[in-house]
Amino acid sequence: MAQKTYADAGTALEGLLFDGMTIAAGGFGLCGIPENLITAIRDSGVKDLTVYSNNAGVDEFGLGLLLQTKQVKKMVSSYVGENAEFMRQYLSGELELEFNPQGTLAERMRAGGAGIPGFYTKTGVGTQVAEGKELKEFDGETYVLERGIVADLAIVKAWKGDQHGNLIYRKTARNFNPLAATCGKVTVAEVEEMLPVGSLDPDNIHTPSVYVQRVLKGEHEKRIEQRTLREA
Amino acid sequence: MPWDRNQMAARAAQELEDGTYVNLGIGIPTLVSNYIPEGVDVTLQSENGMLGMGPFPTEAEIDADLINAGKQTITELDRTSYFNSADSFAMIRGGHIALSILGAMEVSETGDLANWMIPGKLVKGMGGAMDLVAGVKRVVIIMDHANKAGESKLLKSCTLPLTGQKVVDRIITGLGVFDVVEGGLKVVELAPDVTMEEVREKTEATLVA
Repeated sequence: MAQKTYADAGTALEGLLFDGMTIAAGGFGLCGIPENLITAIRDSGVKDLTVYSNNAGVDEFGLGLLLQTKQVKKMVSSYVGENAEFMRQYLSGELELEFNPQGTLAERMRAGGAGIPGFYTKTGVGTQVAEGKELKEFDGETYVLERGIVADLAIVKAWKGDQHGNLIYRKTARNFNPLAATCGKVTVAEVEEMLPVGSLDPDNIHTPSVYVQRVLKGEHEKRIEQRTLREA
Repeated sequence: MPWDRNQMAARAAQELEDGTYVNLGIGIPTLVSNYIPEGVDVTLQSENGMLGMGPFPTEAEIDADLINAGKQTITELDRTSYFNSADSFAMIRGGHIALSILGAMEVSETGDLANWMIPGKLVKGMGGAMDLVAGVKRVVIIMDHANKAGESKLLKSCTLPLTGQKVVDRIITGLGVFDVVEGGLKVVELAPDVTMEEVREKTEATLVA
């Protein structure tokens, strides 16, 4: 069996990073983000990155770390409202930004990973999002052509993984992770729990191992963005 | 007296139909879940990847892996299922969600919606709003009738970048309930003690009988 396990995020990324590359990242807000891999990418100093990720972290955590160090040239996201440094860099023209509707971004990753170069969707028709893109009518409704995403590298975070690279996510920390995992030319996964092959129920694997080239056990802070409680 | 935000949310909760799947947007729409009428059972969808959203957690129940689309901590129910974001938007785009209740910056009399950015000032992004309005069967907006400068948010045409074109079915403001119909907005209901004269005065959009 091919060796896929690595000691830590830094060694798991060895030989994979280069300036100007594209990276697809899993996570929604700070939920289910590949914390260890993001830190390792920051520490590598690689720059001029194009990052596909639903959000851009917050100033001090998640992908916000790569914005602080100005390693990101362009973000492709659906919502960046929680990140003041992001806003500053964007409004001052230091950072490129391409807004994708959330479902379009998810489907772009899914399509890219599934060998589908483009798809038509109703989402965004008649808005800025559709400007400059091909429109087509189906059954009397207008749809816009969106492209699949294939990234040089995908970084994802799972709950449990085995040494062969099978992954299981937990609750809403699944989000974009299974999609990002499919659309990387190389996919590196960090897991909370690394288990021997045969430990996971084959009927319940969310990301089959074929999509994962490297896997490592990480340490996860799992920061909460909006701690909201009900009255006891 | 015009409705306050909680009263608007309570009015919007009357839009919920028993046995349906519903997506509530961030802000005032989230309050709607506090007013689900007795005997009405709805399953709330959270577009990050969950059906069957429960209430906010107690301190002991907090789970970093369990959040809603507004990134707030929440809980699960017996009926809950989780799925990835592509599956989540497949059910949205595919027309499987009956109703979405969303906030807005502007709505036009033809049902155009603007709620995701103010050029040069506020650049947050559309999140799932464009997918929701394109795919969900019925779109209800809850918003203040006027903006902070006192100008009507119900317009002849939107001035801000659109979230969707001809997508809004109904608007609930502090002054009343309005349906998007042929030729303009139809007043369906007025808040207590609000008069048609007041609505006419405070609304830029064309009002039709």
